[in-house]
Amino acid sequence: MSIQGKAAIAGVYEHPLRWAPHKTQYQIMAESGRGALEDAGLTLKDVDGLFTSGVSGMGIVSLAEHLNLNPSYLDSNSIGGSSFVSHTGHAAAAIAAGYCNVALILYGSKWSSDRFAIGTGGAGGGDPSEQFENCYGPTTVGDYALTAQRHMHEFGTTSEQLAEIAVVTRRHASLNPLAKFRDPITVQDVLTSRLVSSPLHLLDCCMISDGGGAIVVTSAERARDLRKKPVQILSAAESCYHTSAGMRDLTDAAAKQSGPTALARASVAHKDIDMAMVYDSFTITVLVTLESLGFCKKGEGGSFIQNGRIGLGGELPINTDGGGLSSNHPGMRGIFLVIEATKQLRGECGERQVKDCQLAFCHGTGGTLGLRHSGASLVLGI
Amino acid sequence: MAEEKKYKKPLPRIDEENKPFWEACARHELYVQKCRSCGKLFYYARGFCPEDLSSDLEWVKCSGKGTVYTFTVTRQNQSAGFRDSLPYVMAYVELEEGVRMLTNIVGCKPDEVKIGMPVEVTFEDATPEISIPLFQPTAK
Repeated sequence: MSIQGKAAIAGVYEHPLRWAPHKTQYQIMAESGRGALEDAGLTLKDVDGLFTSGVSGMGIVSLAEHLNLNPSYLDSNSIGGSSFVSHTGHAAAAIAAGYCNVALILYGSKWSSDRFAIGTGGAGGGDPSEQFENCYGPTTVGDYALTAQRHMHEFGTTSEQLAEIAVVTRRHASLNPLAKFRDPITVQDVLTSRLVSSPLHLLDCCMISDGGGAIVVTSAERARDLRKKPVQILSAAESCYHTSAGMRDLTDAAAKQSGPTALARASVAHKDIDMAMVYDSFTITVLVTLESLGFCKKGEGGSFIQNGRIGLGGELPINTDGGGLSSNHPGMRGIFLVIEATKQLRGECGERQVKDCQLAFCHGTGGTLGLRHSGASLVLGI
Repeated sequence: MAEEKKYKKPLPRIDEENKPFWEACARHELYVQKCRSCGKLFYYARGFCPEDLSSDLEWVKCSGKGTVYTFTVTRQNQSAGFRDSLPYVMAYVELEEGVRMLTNIVGCKPDEVKIGMPVEVTFEDATPEISIPLFQPTAK
């Protein structure tokens, strides 16, 4: 069974705050949900599917209680930053199967105001693999740096090329009133920012912010009669990638499995895609993901991202909202990939609008490239 | 007065699957596992073969030699133990036996580490029961 043509995104909302010490995580989710339902022209009473991640323990039940919802479909899978891209695909499948009619996907986080040290706080945990890792001082930045160093060695990728990704992303952020960092930066600025874990500099890394967002998914049929132009969910795919029992190639990502699958399921080719939202926890994440997705050959990411190709007006504009590098990154930013792609497809992006945007690709990465991570891909169309 | 230096970095949690590995490390020996059923060699230690789920495994003693597959010089880590060791080198070392393991490179300056550099195992005695395998440049 294919989900193609069965479900659509009817509403989205991006919480405007990047710093919210005066709000709770649940409040951010409720406000985001209200925004997305209003966008769709629906109310909380219409919602019978609830999706979230990043809430501790059985948090989705608490969330349902807090919202006074009794959903008939629940999904709080937690696969890191790709969770909400994954939820969008799961919601489409649940709707296609008739398990729910209106799915509300929520995210809210205060990782910034709670002073959660995401990138450099060290690791901890009881997973089997971690008994062979935590003693060596892995950090999120360091784990991605392992991939960056290997990519540079194997393919001659340079720090300048990685920096270019941060520069283009900042240019996009300068056109997004909600973006946290909007002042232009240069390649030199990236290269002279401090090394956090070589070869990654501070400006190769995403920020940490508070924030949240929401997505409303319903049947394609119902979406036609709602307030906004429906955005069709054409396909979804997922994967994960890990140490492969000691034999992994560090320059590949989970995107290599989920990306081509999502394109094939939507019956579209790379060249058909008008814009892409590519998880940008770090500049290297973008480069390796573009290669793994197949937008360029493996090893050619460094030259692919140059000459304006990934900027507005280029062949494949990416992260037009400013991404995690410049707009917001409340720990897991998958939801914003889907929100921005939806807005682009609806032609609502003002100065940063991609011309004639009909097909968008979203790819979320959750976890760490250098150790283990998840990938979720989505093809959206208008 | 000589002060006992307390080991502050996280220690592995010994369980039924990884116990023989860490017991060998305590003897300053490095072992990987091999499946007798399918022949696959693998790392990290577990109680079954990740290729065919067979429990018929053997422990293979490593030469302790390998090369640096990739590395990073970590300059920022707020957690106890590592905060005091900055900058330190985290690396994947490819063992002669063919598997890659995460480790630290010690015994040289961080900026001397290069991909492809030959290294050999050394052990840091963290506690009387636990020694952590690290790698240092191969003695010439």
